[in-house]
Amino acid sequence: MIPEFGRFALALALCVALAQSVAAWRFPRITRAAAFAQTLCIAVAFLCLICALVSNDFSVDYVVRHSNTRLPPVYRAAAAWSGHEGSLLFWVFALSLWTAAFRAFSKPFSDEAADRIASVLGAISAGLLLMLIFIFNPFERLSSEIIEGAGLNPLLQDPGLILHPPMLFMGYSGLALPFAFAVEALLSGRPDIAWARGSRPWTIAAWVFLTLGIALGSFWAYYELGWGGWWFWDPVENASFMPWLAATALIHALPVAEKRGAFRAWCLFLGIIAFGLSLIGAFLVRSGVLISVHSFFNAPQRGASLLVFLTFVIGVSLALFAWRAPRLSPGGRFGLVSRETFLLAGSASLAVACASILLGTLYPLLIDALDLGKLSVGPPYFETVFAPLMIPALFLAGFAACWKRASPGAPGSMMPRRAAFFALASGLVSPAVFGVWKPLPALGLTLAAWLALTCVPAIWRAKRPRRESAFRGLSGISGMSVAHLGVAVFIAGVTLSNGYPEEKNIRIAAGETVRLADYAFRLNAIRREDGPNYQAFIADIDLIRDGQMQRKLFPEKRFYPASGLTMTETAIDFGRNLHVALGEPAGQTFSESVWALRISIKPFVNWIWGGCALMALGGLVSLFRRHSGEDSGNAGNSPPESTSLERGA
Amino acid sequence: MMDARREKQLLFFGGLCVLALIAALIFNAFRNNLLYFFSPSQIAAGKAPIGKTFRIGGHVKKNSLRSAGSAPRFEIADDKHSLPVVYDGILPDLFGEGGGAVVQGQIDARGVFTASEVLARHDERYMPMERSHEKP
Repeated sequence: MIPEFGRFALALALCVALAQSVAAWRFPRITRAAAFAQTLCIAVAFLCLICALVSNDFSVDYVVRHSNTRLPPVYRAAAAWSGHEGSLLFWVFALSLWTAAFRAFSKPFSDEAADRIASVLGAISAGLLLMLIFIFNPFERLSSEIIEGAGLNPLLQDPGLILHPPMLFMGYSGLALPFAFAVEALLSGRPDIAWARGSRPWTIAAWVFLTLGIALGSFWAYYELGWGGWWFWDPVENASFMPWLAATALIHALPVAEKRGAFRAWCLFLGIIAFGLSLIGAFLVRSGVLISVHSFFNAPQRGASLLVFLTFVIGVSLALFAWRAPRLSPGGRFGLVSRETFLLAGSASLAVACASILLGTLYPLLIDALDLGKLSVGPPYFETVFAPLMIPALFLAGFAACWKRASPGAPGSMMPRRAAFFALASGLVSPAVFGVWKPLPALGLTLAAWLALTCVPAIWRAKRPRRESAFRGLSGISGMSVAHLGVAVFIAGVTLSNGYPEEKNIRIAAGETVRLADYAFRLNAIRREDGPNYQAFIADIDLIRDGQMQRKLFPEKRFYPASGLTMTETAIDFGRNLHVALGEPAGQTFSESVWALRISIKPFVNWIWGGCALMALGGLVSLFRRHSGEDSGNAGNSPPESTSLERGA
Repeated sequence: MMDARREKQLLFFGGLCVLALIAALIFNAFRNNLLYFFSPSQIAAGKAPIGKTFRIGGHVKKNSLRSAGSAPRFEIADDKHSLPVVYDGILPDLFGEGGGAVVQGQIDARGVFTASEVLARHDERYMPMERSHEKP
């Protein structure tokens, strides 16, 4: 009964979504109620799916494929968003949540604009619901009941799975808001201040989810895949990274559109592209077209429906853009050497980086689709392109951050010249601390220090004039500074972990010791243990430094009988940046076998995720600032308009 | 102070130069990093370049995996031909004899392929794209 009820709720949601998208033009009153009703219907459908999974209803195809009785209940529920159909349902659910949230806080938009925006969102939702009901039906019954399900892919049986996909989907669907704003602005022909001001917090909110989702995915890959890497330029990773880059570019262009009325066409374009890229991402991941370690689905006929949907959405909105954008007035002018130019340059660099990743991701698929051979684009391509594009942009970001505060004598301001000197000094000297001086770490650390030095004063200074509660204090901090500090931390982490890694792949028997850097690893024994739905080999390793026992590490190898798969559970010491993975055994009997072991030390690798968390925190802070009614000018606490904007004009 | 016209021209040409530079960078990097993909039969026919990195897709030949004491060696095969592969590293979890695999690396003059990376099927439902194109 429950699955049928869920499907009925979806059908109801489809009706409401259609009403929401059509009615806005005749009876705008109902769009508000429709948005909430739709959220309710989809939430009910989603709960139905979770119910079916938790209660092991093996008459439902989706449950059979993604769950089984020995799976812990948490993972049974999490299976609701790990499969093809379930993730689409979650996506629609997230979209309806965003729509409802938008209807609840649609402040800077006029009621008419908000109705039209809701109508665009309703149309997107209706398209997704159509696919969900007729093609990706998660409630599909089987002709006969089955006793046991196949179970969840063991790779996904991990706390990371419970959080990573929902975060990403929230981010993907959140990008529908700037898309809808852009489409509405183009339709009405007036991308005004309210549009730019209203777009910003929603874009930032979606961006925060995307940032966290990507960081969680990267962290999950680091400890679950057992390769010790955190980013592989895998097409699936690129699929989430491209919308992130587009959204970041949008966030950096919007303030100028808001204050000066410039770059409006560019912002509209980015708004459309960011959502388009998240649809492309969904297509890449869910259609099984990729040569990818992530693609667990092999259903090209379903991919076709996604392809039609995304072509329609992107095609129509870009056509609208091509038709309407040339009629926009050029907007305010600004100086050649000004903060606005820096922001445009940064935004453009991000967009170009995004385009180059798109090229590298789609080209192999295109060549294959045209039957011109099979090839793939290796990670070195992305690295050689991405770094030269981002490094100048990040140097500019430092300039932009201290541009307004550059006047000498301003309280707490640090002169960029002094910051540049300290950055250069610390960047050039500090690689020597790690033993060997190398040019790339020196460059990376200079960049990180420059970014940090230009934004830390803004964070610190912004706190001071505030008093009263913690909330007021928070509202004084510039979100942009916190986010840029996060970027600095991230760059330092990437630079040092890539520049000075130590790694060993060895074969070792029980009782033997292996040394790496200052540490000795002693393999005491390998024991067998059974988990709820797997059997494990657990290595018992002592970590020793200077003859002192530091701690124990327990890397595992798990076998999941339900799927016949083996998984590596790495042991990670986060504070020491140690990563130990147990490989396969070799040898005649269990007791004398030799085990492969991979040990790596990557200095400051934890800063990579710490930096991402700071970026997300920066986004949150700027949301709070806005909420507390302050102008969210993106530099410290500088006076909003007036000064220095007209330099050189 | 420049007049607006001149400033516009400067911006335009400056932008054009930067764009050209970026495009050159991207396409150069792109050309150098395309990884071509071959099947063991194509390699047996001598189509693969020696001393360049490329990928091979096929299945791991039964009873060919030797991993005791040293770097794993195995043979990767399609219906007609097979090719010895050496890989100094931990094989992925889903790697197994009879299973599908994609190896990336270089071939030497003796016809031994030294892999720098081994990718296995992700799970029983997923096949690397190259494999799913093979006709049985």
